[in-house]
Amino acid sequence: MSWFTSPGEVTERLAATGYLADPATSTTAYLAGALEKPLLVEGPAGVGKTELAKAVSRATGADLVRLQCYEGLDEARALYEWNYKKQLLRIQATQGDAASWAETHDDIFTDEFLLTRPLLTAIRRDEPTVLLIDEVDKTDVEVEGLLLEVLSDFQVTIPELGTLSAVRRPYVVLTSNASRELSEALKRRCLYLHLDYPDEEREREIVLSQVPDLEERVAGQVVATVARLRDLELKKPPSIAESVDWARTLIALEIRDLDDKAVDDTLGVVLKHASDHERAIRELRLRK
Amino acid sequence: MSSGLVERHIAFLEALRGAGLSVSLAEGLDAVAALSALPWDQRDTVHAAYAATLVKRQSLRPTFDALFDVYFPRLVGEGARGGETDEAGDGAGDETDGQVRDNGQALAQLRDRLARALADGDQEALSRLAVEMVGRFGAMPGRGPGLSSWSAYTALQRVAPGELVDRIVQALLAEGRTEEEAARVAARRLGGFTRQVEDDARRRIAEEKGPDHVADVAVRPSIDRIDFTSARKADLEQMRREIYPLARRLATRLTQEHHARRRGPLDFRRTVRASMSTGGVPLTTHHRPKRPHRTELVVLCDVSGSVASFAQFTLLLVFALRDQFQKVRAFTFIDHVHEVTHHFKPGADVVDVMADLAASTSHAALWGRTNYGRALTRFVDEHSDALGPKTALLILGDARSNYSDLALDKLKEMERGSRHAWWLNPEHRRHWDTGDSVAGRYAEVVPMVECRNLTQLGEFVHDIL
Repeated sequence: MSWFTSPGEVTERLAATGYLADPATSTTAYLAGALEKPLLVEGPAGVGKTELAKAVSRATGADLVRLQCYEGLDEARALYEWNYKKQLLRIQATQGDAASWAETHDDIFTDEFLLTRPLLTAIRRDEPTVLLIDEVDKTDVEVEGLLLEVLSDFQVTIPELGTLSAVRRPYVVLTSNASRELSEALKRRCLYLHLDYPDEEREREIVLSQVPDLEERVAGQVVATVARLRDLELKKPPSIAESVDWARTLIALEIRDLDDKAVDDTLGVVLKHASDHERAIRELRLRK
Repeated sequence: MSSGLVERHIAFLEALRGAGLSVSLAEGLDAVAALSALPWDQRDTVHAAYAATLVKRQSLRPTFDALFDVYFPRLVGEGARGGETDEAGDGAGDETDGQVRDNGQALAQLRDRLARALADGDQEALSRLAVEMVGRFGAMPGRGPGLSSWSAYTALQRVAPGELVDRIVQALLAEGRTEEEAARVAARRLGGFTRQVEDDARRRIAEEKGPDHVADVAVRPSIDRIDFTSARKADLEQMRREIYPLARRLATRLTQEHHARRRGPLDFRRTVRASMSTGGVPLTTHHRPKRPHRTELVVLCDVSGSVASFAQFTLLLVFALRDQFQKVRAFTFIDHVHEVTHHFKPGADVVDVMADLAASTSHAALWGRTNYGRALTRFVDEHSDALGPKTALLILGDARSNYSDLALDKLKEMERGSRHAWWLNPEHRRHWDTGDSVAGRYAEVVPMVECRNLTQLGEFVHDIL
């Protein structure tokens, strides 16, 4: 099965699920499906990296298998693990029988005692699957090595069972905040996409599609103010997710016009550092 | 098979490699596979396909874009001219294209349109104007075919978009923006336009002399490889924005590496306790955490004109990483020593800190000529309490001391008084000991490290932690 037939189709189908992709994103997403290669998405926090994977799964009707990476993630959490306790029970239960060691040994290393973790799950599924490996930069370098076999050949080697190959190649999306350089070996196997803050036009469309109750004029004001904030040298520039939050806040507070006072009152929704606040107030002349 | 497509593809990959992108054979094949899966009728699609398969690091993206424009130009020659041809008879294929249409009236008119486009921020009009501008005012007619060339510099000098700033700022103020913001937006748009003009000149040169000729000379290094001492104003600004992310990346990397080395001695009690759940067999061992040792850091920076920006970046980076150190103290000097630690409050705004630092430069100078010997002597006299057996000393400067006394014995004293000492020199190693540089003499006392760009700076800071 091919995932999409053309970049244009990607744009349409993602838009239908509420994800507005720019041409580069659509082209790359299409290529990831057509070449069956993993897609590495990098960019600042809150620009829709994870959302892209979810949107692909919604658009294609595939199930989403998610592996959330964190420091200290290991093989047992990412790939598979033997159910040690169950194996122990099994051995104890058969102790009375005259079963030979060889039989027991064969018996306890079977599917029944295998706990599949996200990577193995995604490979063994025979329905279409989107595998999301989230925040891959948070893991240790060893886990990257683990990913290499999975991502290049879509197979997993379990010493007791042999090599399990993918029944059907999943659509793999890796996301990263670039807090650490990923290894060249991993990058080489992936297609690369850098998501950045969108232009004002697109951002307004995104805000409006996420918060349909918002008046178009106010949406324009929100997006323009956010764009001005991003121009300042801030520690954490506001992301798309934060513009959407801001729009929701305005709805909740029933603010119909985003004037200086309204911006000042609700600035906490978009800026999360005290020094950023001060700078924004000073530069945008919010308090006269 | 002589469509030239394969040759162009190979040449493009070669140029990318030449510019410092590590493009592997497999990635080149991926690019071909990607192209064959896509329609070719849109230049952007091809661009996106190449970018997705070849560029795996965002900091290299500008380099890639510049080379892509050279090898797969947006248009050829003047391109299909827009509806703005204001002079008759330009379809005549005249030989000295530039001169015929280059006159004062055309210049005034172009500047007028340019000011309007810049004020509106109309990208499409701007890129059209850039093409037109280079075509008209940037031509350098040569004596024979293949000898003529194009100059972005000439074009920019003639049209002088810099003089239009006031008009743009006025227009932006009318839109209700604040003054500083208007100035900033105007500067950014001008910078963008200048880049477009440079791109277009490069494209035309590539067309005449072949892309390989241009690829070698015209592509600027990426921002983390630009030398501190030769950076332009816009580069410095961009570098400053890079400092915070760089510190964050370094901190993450350091924490991870420290965690990896965290396994201390075996914690017997916890191991035995955990083994209860596995029938007394200690399947997993537990270890005591290792106590991380944190050093105190003393930074002594030369802030005289030539190396000021380097000192500022290093100070910012060091202070962004302050939680990795037990204590950081910073001193600046030209020929007098001045402590600047108090400017770096936790969570302080980067822009304010830079302004404060610049303002305090005057305290570091008595006569305003760099004098290392004097500065070192003053440091030992006034601040020797800053150094101790737990301190690491970091001296930043180009070791150009205007032929004055070096005070080598004072430096030796400082080196002995601290646990480690390094000297960071922002000059290329080949310039050391030329002119009034006494890098070699100081390097005998304190190990001297070349630190010319953000990459080297990041590596160094990482290594000393």
